[in-house]
Amino acid sequence: MQELTTFFDIQDSDLDPAALINRLRNPRFGALVTFEGWVRNHNEGADVDRLEYEAYGPLAEREAQTILRDAVDQFDVSAAGCVHRVGSLAIGGLAVWIGVVAEHRSDAFGACQMIIDQVKLRVPVWKKEYYTDGRAEWVACHHCAHPHD
Amino acid sequence: MSKIQVSYYAALREARGCTEEELETESATARDLYQELSAQHGFELDIAGVRVAINDEFVEWSTGVSEGDHIVFIPPVSGG
Repeated sequence: MQELTTFFDIQDSDLDPAALINRLRNPRFGALVTFEGWVRNHNEGADVDRLEYEAYGPLAEREAQTILRDAVDQFDVSAAGCVHRVGSLAIGGLAVWIGVVAEHRSDAFGACQMIIDQVKLRVPVWKKEYYTDGRAEWVACHHCAHPHD
Repeated sequence: MSKIQVSYYAALREARGCTEEELETESATARDLYQELSAQHGFELDIAGVRVAINDEFVEWSTGVSEGDHIVFIPPVSGG
């Protein structure tokens, strides 16, 4: 019986991908797929200076754990983790990290894609964009209706 | 009349001007409560784009509001 590991954290300090990968390490499995979401310097034609993220912690945790368990059910995956940063992030900062470990790569890729897609759709985390021209706004619904890949 | 706790995030937190408050309401459902607070504070987010959680679980807008509930209105999410 293989032991399934899933973890989700909300963190207000910088994420450490090497340490996160160690939480998934398992000599029985040969494939690791990770996704890193970085802060871009532009969005919808505006120049972005920095982002602020905030999260509704208890429900974000619950919803993300459901997503991780669903991914583990749908794909042949041994472990999956996701960490989302909150607080202020500069351009290039690491906002979200996802890692999936499996025996074979196709399941790891599939699960990783599903997790990031669902996290963006469902987990109660919000970003506010601060633009170089001094404006700031919460990323609005029309962005969510046409999610970027 | 129920005494409840309401928490606000993101655009709604800024519109309300606080992160949480305790209040007494006659609203019977989560939908009634959102409409009551929306009228009071001028929330610009249409209810169609907002979700609601009671006691840290997503619920339908028709869910009843009970004494002691912790209610959170969830603007469109934008994580990742």
